[in-house]
Amino acid sequence: MNGMDEQAKSKQEFNITVYTEDHVGLLNQIAIIFTRRKINIESLNTSPSEVGGIHRVCILISETEDMVTKLVRQLEKLIGVIKAYAHSNEDVIWQELALYKMSTCIIKELLNVERLLRTYGARVILIRENYTVFEASGHRAETDNLLNILQEHGLIEFVRSARVAIIKNSDGFNARLNEFERLTTIVGEAAGNVNE
Amino acid sequence: METAQQEVLTAIQKSETKQVSGSVAILEALVAEGVDVMFGVPGGATIAIYDALYDYKEKLEHILVRHEQGAIHAAQGYARTSGKVGVALATSGPGATNMITGIADAMIDSTPVVCITGQVYAHLLGSDAFQETDIINISAPITKWNYQITNAEDIPAVLAKAFHIARSGRPGAVLIDITKNAQLQMFDYKGYVKCDHIRSYRPKPMIRDSYIQQAADLINLAKKPLVVWGQGVILGGAENEFKSFIEKAGIPSAWTILGLGAIPTDHQLNVGMLGMHGNYAPNVLTNECDVLIAVGMRFDDRVTGRLDKYAKQAKVVHLDIDPAEIDKNVKSTVPVWGDCKETLPMLTALIEQKDHTDWLEKFRTLYRDEFTIVIDPEVNPVSGEITMGEVIRHLNTVTNGDAVIVTDVGQNQMVASRYVKFNKTRSNVTSGGLGTMGFALPAAIGAKYGAPERPVITIAGDGGFQMTLQELGTIMQNKVDVKIIVLNNRYLGMIRQWQEMFNDSRYSFSDLESPDFVTLAASYRIAGKCVSDRDDLPAALDEMMNSKGPYLLEVMVTKENNVFPMVPQGYSLSEILLK
Repeated sequence: MNGMDEQAKSKQEFNITVYTEDHVGLLNQIAIIFTRRKINIESLNTSPSEVGGIHRVCILISETEDMVTKLVRQLEKLIGVIKAYAHSNEDVIWQELALYKMSTCIIKELLNVERLLRTYGARVILIRENYTVFEASGHRAETDNLLNILQEHGLIEFVRSARVAIIKNSDGFNARLNEFERLTTIVGEAAGNVNE
Repeated sequence: METAQQEVLTAIQKSETKQVSGSVAILEALVAEGVDVMFGVPGGATIAIYDALYDYKEKLEHILVRHEQGAIHAAQGYARTSGKVGVALATSGPGATNMITGIADAMIDSTPVVCITGQVYAHLLGSDAFQETDIINISAPITKWNYQITNAEDIPAVLAKAFHIARSGRPGAVLIDITKNAQLQMFDYKGYVKCDHIRSYRPKPMIRDSYIQQAADLINLAKKPLVVWGQGVILGGAENEFKSFIEKAGIPSAWTILGLGAIPTDHQLNVGMLGMHGNYAPNVLTNECDVLIAVGMRFDDRVTGRLDKYAKQAKVVHLDIDPAEIDKNVKSTVPVWGDCKETLPMLTALIEQKDHTDWLEKFRTLYRDEFTIVIDPEVNPVSGEITMGEVIRHLNTVTNGDAVIVTDVGQNQMVASRYVKFNKTRSNVTSGGLGTMGFALPAAIGAKYGAPERPVITIAGDGGFQMTLQELGTIMQNKVDVKIIVLNNRYLGMIRQWQEMFNDSRYSFSDLESPDFVTLAASYRIAGKCVSDRDDLPAALDEMMNSKGPYLLEVMVTKENNVFPMVPQGYSLSEILLK
C-alpha cells in the first residue's frame, strides 16, 4: 500500500459544497445520503449563492477521501443538485460565528474585558441593563477559547453557527452553471470529477 | 391508443385553454405519455381520479389489483417486458405504504415506474388526518425523484418531469403524491408539454474519447479478457451493440441475474452466470482474467463475493451510465462513463478482431466439471423426487426459449436463472437487487400486459407464492393469460439450504405448511394440476402451455435439495463450492 492509499483511507475533515435548486425537501434528500451510511454531519449550512436562485449548502464531515468521492457522486445524482464539491480544510477559507450572552454586571466588573474582546476579535452587539451579547467569528478553536474564558465568568447562553466555507481555487459558479446548461442541453454533463 | 395520444397532442398544439379538474389533468398526462395500462386500487384519497377515469376507459386501461404491492410489481413487470414506464396508482396512507416494497425493488433494479399516490387535503397535511402518511419522506431514499402536488396547476409540468426522470438515464422509481384538493380543483388547462430537460438533472455523462481509447488499448493487449455484463445492456437497448462488441473482440462473456437474456443463451461466447449461485467457470476465472470489462453492471456483493479478493490481478474497464457506480465497489482502471449504446460501438470500432480460443477453452473445461458434478444430476435425474432443474429442462422444451419467464426469489429463482433458455431480450423478469419474495405473481401480470403476444410463465416457490397469492383474483377478473409454476419443496428452500450448510441443519422456522394450491386456483376459476411423479411432468407442462388462459401447475420437488455451485457469503469467488 503506498502513501496515497494510506491518506485516502484515513479520516479527515472535508468541506462539502453543494449547489442546488431551491426545492422543498431537497435538504432531507441531501441528509439521507449521509445518514444512510451512518455518517455524522458535523455541521450544515444553507444559504444563497453567488448565482440568483441557486442555493449553496456547506456540509462538514470527517471521512476518508475514498468515501467523500463516493458521497459527492451520490449527491450529484440527486435531482435538484447541480454540482457538488469536496475540499479539505487547506483548500477553503472557513468561518463559524458564535454568540455569547453574559451578565452586564459581571462584564462591568471584569476588568480585562477590553483586552478580551481585542484578543478574540469579539464585538459587542447588544447591551442591556441585565445582559450583554458578544459576537465572535473564526475557527472552532478561536470561538472555543473565548467560550472557555467566559464560562468561568458565568456565561448565560452560547450558540455557534454551522461552518461556512469559501473555496480558494474557484472562479465562482456563474461560469460553471452556464457550462452545465450548455452540456445538459446538448449531451449531458461531464460528471464525476470531485475537485474540478 | 395511439389515436388517443394524438388527440391530446393535437389539442396541445392548438393551445386550447379549458377548465379541467386536476384529476382530468392527471389522466391527460398519462395519455400524452403513451401509457396504455396502469395498475391500482381506488381509495378515499384517489376517488376523484377514479371518477375521472370512468370517462377515460376507452383511452386508458386500468387493472384493478388486490393489494397495492401487486400494483407496483405489475407496473415493474410491464416496464421490464415493454421497455416503457410502468404506472401504479394508490391511495394515501396504507395504499401508499403498501407500495413501498415495490418502489424499493424498482429503484434498486433501475426499473422505470411512476407511482401516483393520493394524499389528504393540503390543509390537513401534518394534522395526522385519516389515512395521512408522509409518503414523500418515507419514499425519499428509494425514489429517483418524488414530489408532492398541492395545486392542480402544477400537475402537467410535474408529471412531465416525472416521466422524463423515470425513463431517462439510469431509469428508476418516481413517486408523485397529489393532495385531494388538487385532484378536485378546476383550473385553466393549457395542455401537456413533454419534458426533455431539467437544469439540475444530467441523465447521461459526457463520453470522453480518451477513456474509450484507453479501454480499447487494454482490450487489444489482453490475453485473457472477460466481459461481465448487467441489465445496463438491456436498459440501454444495446443488445446488438453488445453482441457486435463481444463477437469482434472474441471475449467470453458472463452475466448478472438482471443481464440475463440480453444475448441468446446459446451464444458461443456466453459463459454463464456470475456470483453466488452462478456458473463455476466465470466465477473461478474472474480471478484469473487479465482484463475485466464490466458493461452496465454495478458489482453487487452477490456477484463479487469477498471484495478484497475480487479480480485483484485484473485491469478493470467499467462502462456505466451512472457515474456513481464507477469505483463504488470495484476500482476501475479505465472508467468509461456513458450510455453503453453509444460507448460500445465506439469501442468496437477501435478493437482488433480476435478469438481467444485457448482462453475460451478453459471455460469449456470448467463447464464440463460443473456439468458432471452439478448440472447433470440437477437437470437429468433418473430416480428420486422431481428436481427444480428438471422442471426447467422440460419447460425449455415446451417454450423453446421464446417465453417471458418471471421468477420469484430463492432457490426457484436461482435454478430458473441457471437453466432457463432465452432467445430474446426482455424475457427475464426477476427481483434482483431487493430480492422480494412475492414479486413473481403480480410482476407476471404486468409482464403479460407489456408483452401481450408472448407466453408469460411465472416460476415461484411455495413460500414466495403465498406472499402475494391474492393477485390470483386479478388474474381471474382480467383473464390474464399467465402460466404459474409453483415449485413446492415445503420449505423456505434457500433459508433451509443456508441452515443446513451454515447452521448445523437447525431448520428454524423454515418449514412451511401450504394450502392445496390447485384447489386454491380452482376457487379463483383458474385451471391447474399438481404433479409429483416424474413421468407426468412433460405432459403436465404441455397441458399448461396448451391451456387457454391462466393455469397453475404445482410441482412437488425434492424437499431438501441445495442449489450449487455456491460462493458462501464472505468468501472469495475462487472458493466456490461445487457440492
